[in-house]
Amino acid sequence: MSGDDRRDGGKPETANEEKLWMGSGESPGTASSEASGSASGEAPGTAGAEASGTVSAEASGTVSAEASGSASGEAPGTAGAEASGTVSAEASGTVSAEASGSASGEAPGTAGAEASGTVSGEASGTAGAEASGTVSGEASGTVEAPAAPADGTKAQPSVRRPETDEEKAARRKAALEAREAAKAAAAQGAARPAAAPGAAGGAASAAGEAAAPKPPSPNQPLLDRVVQLLRELAGEDAVEEASINEPNDHLPTLVVKAERWPACAKLLRSHPELNLNYLRNVAGVDQETHMEVVYHLLSLDSGRNYAVKVRTDRDRPQVPSVTPIWPTANWNEREIYDLLGIDFPGHPDLRRIMMPDDWVGHPLRKDYVPLDPEV
Amino acid sequence: MEFDLTKISPEDVRELERNVFVGSIETLKGWVRSHSLWPLTFGLACCAIEMMAAGAPHYDLDRFGVMFRTSPRQADVMIVSGTVTKKMGPLLRRLYDQMPEPKWVIAMGSCATAGGPYVKSYSVIKGVDQIVPVDVYIPGCPPNPAALIYGINKLQEKIRYEARTGKRVTSG
Repeated sequence: MSGDDRRDGGKPETANEEKLWMGSGESPGTASSEASGSASGEAPGTAGAEASGTVSAEASGTVSAEASGSASGEAPGTAGAEASGTVSAEASGTVSAEASGSASGEAPGTAGAEASGTVSGEASGTAGAEASGTVSGEASGTVEAPAAPADGTKAQPSVRRPETDEEKAARRKAALEAREAAKAAAAQGAARPAAAPGAAGGAASAAGEAAAPKPPSPNQPLLDRVVQLLRELAGEDAVEEASINEPNDHLPTLVVKAERWPACAKLLRSHPELNLNYLRNVAGVDQETHMEVVYHLLSLDSGRNYAVKVRTDRDRPQVPSVTPIWPTANWNEREIYDLLGIDFPGHPDLRRIMMPDDWVGHPLRKDYVPLDPEV
Repeated sequence: MEFDLTKISPEDVRELERNVFVGSIETLKGWVRSHSLWPLTFGLACCAIEMMAAGAPHYDLDRFGVMFRTSPRQADVMIVSGTVTKKMGPLLRRLYDQMPEPKWVIAMGSCATAGGPYVKSYSVIKGVDQIVPVDVYIPGCPPNPAALIYGINKLQEKIRYEARTGKRVTSG
């Protein structure tokens, strides 16, 4: 796929030029309507091939918007594949913004295809889940593949360019939708029965890990106990979510409210039953919809591990510092502040640790644009 | 002792022709300098491992008169081996300024040459020649010790060429 694209871009072959002229001779609008019409009415597989082949060299902005519009009603999987194929060859910056606006409400498959630049992993997952009946293999395969060359060649300048507010909002929305869709798909796939375990049932439901065919995680009692303790001693609303992270060795994972976090941290550190006296790592994550700080805690006495996530607003990210509780958090929090711009009130010495002191911006934020692109 | 050039025997003339060389003092200086290059170690990344290997007994840079110094005051060539970040740039320039003249710079590896795999990074200087004048670029990621020796050899050639011809080919 990428090889073809590069060849098309390098030297104008006759066949390619013909296609190009076909696209430009008619207005791009008509070309797109053809593609969408055939895609919705007839067999989606053939329509996809046509659309991508014909319009790849030309005005991709209109085409992709059309394709997604039509695809929403009919076959999301195929439409997603087409749109991405078309976009990848040419100007992808504008296309993605438009398409996401129109497609957001309709078909998750299409939305996944546009978001491929940013959240390709999730997007492909969603597309696969949706279009699983007919063309799941194709859809996921094509969605992934063209995303890479588009990034490498044409999309680069548009990525480096500062985003407008609308684009930013659209991207954020797309990310949110992709996440929601993934979550829904996961919940569906788990096919959770009504019999969820009592106390932590509400929290556990989100992950859907208490499915009937699976035996409950060996760490489920640990999770239930820590949730119970935090709710009793730090406030009823302290724990927002609780789940078992199965791929990560059944790690009990909590999501704690930012306001309750200092109280919870003190409790985790000093409660005789928990005694989490060792903070292994602190990490910051830019989730596009929000910021997140992840704490990995270990009790050196019992050898038990826990992960705690604290979510915070993206525009004014703020998480209370735990340096007074675990002194090792000092440099970790400085690093997160440096690279993601999360403020840690209560930190004794919050300044940059990796970037030069006069650096502008926080480079690991998803919306970071370097001042001097250089290359 | 009297030494009459007209009365030297042909055997002595042949002996003298084999053992006495005549040249300019510049050539002599170039020859001497090129054979006692003392590099300032500037190990910044994986290239530094190769540089260390080049200095170790197997490749043995000492046999070329190359002896690593840990102070810029004693060094006359700076081997920049590794990725130069924007934070490191000013320090590198300061160390270069502290080296006495004449001084040369070898950019070892693709990072020091042009940014290498970090060419799209926000934090890396894309080529150390943006901060200091570079005389020899050694390609490779990382270059092996033989490549470093070849690069040092090239620098020696440049120094001697400059002394011989008077044309400036190094940043000196």
